[in-house]
Amino acid sequence: MSVTILLQLVENGLVLGAMYGLIAVGYTMVYGVIQLINFAHGEIFMLGGFGALTVYAWIPGVAHLPLLAALPLMLIGGVAVSVVVAVGAERLAYRPLRTAPRLAPLITAIGLSLALQQVVSLWYRLPGGVNAKGPVSFPSFSGKAFNLGGVLVQPADIFTLAAAAVCMAGLTWFVERTRGGRAIQATAQDPDTARLMGIDTDRMIVLSFAIGAALAAVAAITQGLRYGQISFDMGFVAGLKAFTAAVLGGIGNVRGSMLGGIVLGLVEELSSGVLAHFHTTAQYGQAWADVWAFVLLILVLLVRPQGLLGERVADRA
Amino acid sequence: MFRRHVATLGALAGVCALAVTGCGSRAASVASSGSSGSGDTVVQIGVDSPLTGSLQAPGQGLRYSAQLAVNIANKEKEVPGVTFQLVAKDDEATASIGEQNATAFVADSGVVGVVGPMNSSVAQSEQSVFNAANMVEVSPATTNPSLSQGPNWKTAPSRPYKSFFRDITTDAVQGPFAADYVYKTLGIHTVATVDDGQTYGVGLVETFTQEFTRLGGKVTVAQTATPTTTDYTSVISAIRSSSAQLVYYGGSYPAGAPLTKQLKAGGLNIPEMGGDGNDDPTYIRTAGSAANGDYATLPGAALTSLSTAKTFISEYQAANFPVQYGIYGGTTYDATWSLILAVKTALSADGGKMPSADTFRSQVEGAEQNVSFNGVTGPVSFDKYGDTGDRVITMYKIQNGSWGDGVYSAAFAG
Repeated sequence: MSVTILLQLVENGLVLGAMYGLIAVGYTMVYGVIQLINFAHGEIFMLGGFGALTVYAWIPGVAHLPLLAALPLMLIGGVAVSVVVAVGAERLAYRPLRTAPRLAPLITAIGLSLALQQVVSLWYRLPGGVNAKGPVSFPSFSGKAFNLGGVLVQPADIFTLAAAAVCMAGLTWFVERTRGGRAIQATAQDPDTARLMGIDTDRMIVLSFAIGAALAAVAAITQGLRYGQISFDMGFVAGLKAFTAAVLGGIGNVRGSMLGGIVLGLVEELSSGVLAHFHTTAQYGQAWADVWAFVLLILVLLVRPQGLLGERVADRA
Repeated sequence: MFRRHVATLGALAGVCALAVTGCGSRAASVASSGSSGSGDTVVQIGVDSPLTGSLQAPGQGLRYSAQLAVNIANKEKEVPGVTFQLVAKDDEATASIGEQNATAFVADSGVVGVVGPMNSSVAQSEQSVFNAANMVEVSPATTNPSLSQGPNWKTAPSRPYKSFFRDITTDAVQGPFAADYVYKTLGIHTVATVDDGQTYGVGLVETFTQEFTRLGGKVTVAQTATPTTTDYTSVISAIRSSSAQLVYYGGSYPAGAPLTKQLKAGGLNIPEMGGDGNDDPTYIRTAGSAANGDYATLPGAALTSLSTAKTFISEYQAANFPVQYGIYGGTTYDATWSLILAVKTALSADGGKMPSADTFRSQVEGAEQNVSFNGVTGPVSFDKYGDTGDRVITMYKIQNGSWGDGVYSAAFAG
């Protein structure tokens, strides 16, 4: 077990964690404003990938562009699809249930999640009639990996880290420095008082859904670029992991979700990678990656039930 | 405090969601159109394979190859007075759904036998259900040896279910054939293995490893992942620090293709070799140029190289089915035909008059054991384990983005 391998695992973990963090923001933002765990968020993530693929495959000429030139268009397509579906879901599925018992919107979210999966599986088509009942190919960078002293950094990894950094910086600025961001914070802290202060809380809730969806779409594109394929059911596991990351970081806390994502990614990669490396522990490697991730969650929740950065939300109950 | 209650609820709901996606979606049963004219008796043949999900391509090919056999039997009036009808069920490559399908087939007195399934893990969950009803299940695609020869197939083979048949060579031949090819023909003596933790994948890697180490080879890394793993970064860093010159993969292409892609992206220019689970055009589509130079074995000779398969291929093309017959097309056609012939034998022993469903099923089971005919893939008959006598395996290599017609084909003595 050399230092290079360890550093490679750290690199892998950071990239994976950045992706988890991007998805986790959606859980955290929505939970922050309406205390709903939006289990359909994994599917919003998945739809972002399909939105981007649609732009790539269906708009003539995009597939012939260099991938770097096509990416902005794919980002627009992916974000647009995710945001439209998330906002639509809020308007049609969650808003009518806002005063219902808490379990009702939760079950609705699970139903919506299954419905969205099946819609893509049944009706999505690529040119040439290829359906999406199984994994479908996603464009990926063809260039060689960058070699930093033995540590390989894939082009898609750089894109993932850069996208996560830009998105998180932008989001932090928005939430903490702008009027809209402060209005969301106010809605999260006390919706009734926020309304009395003239804040349109419904709009702020919609805005939270939209921001989460946009970041999830970016995450889906990074996933497609890294693995070269997306599938209708990829939102389930990714969503569960991101939800874990959100709880780990302290649900309701935007910075916490990114931190939770990165910690989760690092633990997954390091535990499985180190164990895979030694002959006697090899069987607890890749196959057990999820086990270590959830063991970590349980340990953190035992010591800090509010999550790593969860103290900010402790004043509400 | 209230927040934590909600979080607990959320976690609970997550578990519920897991359970729902695991077994909630019932397989839709699709009765195929079979014209039952002129007062013929309708005999139904079931097909069980993945019709949705990531393995749907070969699964649909299997279903339509069976459909072709039924269509031809009806057209040629193979069994006088009988019109065959195909009933296809989707098992989603999931053992629990396969078991539900098997129960539904058994409960339907019109179904006399079943062709399928495609996955060894699914077969495992279906066997006892069919066996209890004396209902023939003939699989054209499952290759795990224990299905027909019991868990101790290496030392003390014994047939666990007399209703289970298959006309495809098992991994007891496929794994060692690959090991032999790697060690002797490619001259590679150190490999890494990865499996997907499923009945088929684990078994295939086991038979490969056994033969490879017997020949003197060394397995430096042995890893287990899952059928849906797409991120192999930790596996690959383990392989990078070993001196493996080839990765042997036990599993199916949806998880096998990302492995080769990430191997090459990780700077490891070593080929991946798999079994029939990797052999699909999607493997090449997903992995792109990284797939070039990879290998996969497939039981049986290449259909396109067989003179006996010419009619099958042209008839299949003429039928305009929406998907290609895929890698199990030939064995499926033969498996379906064996069932049709077993029905014929059983019915003529009854003097052409159909007895009750239970009696007829066990009669067909007896007849299936003694079936012998020249099929698409060659002579078809079943030994005392319900296995085929055919031991031919073909090695395919991806060159210029295509699986081609195989680089080496032989009957493996073991």
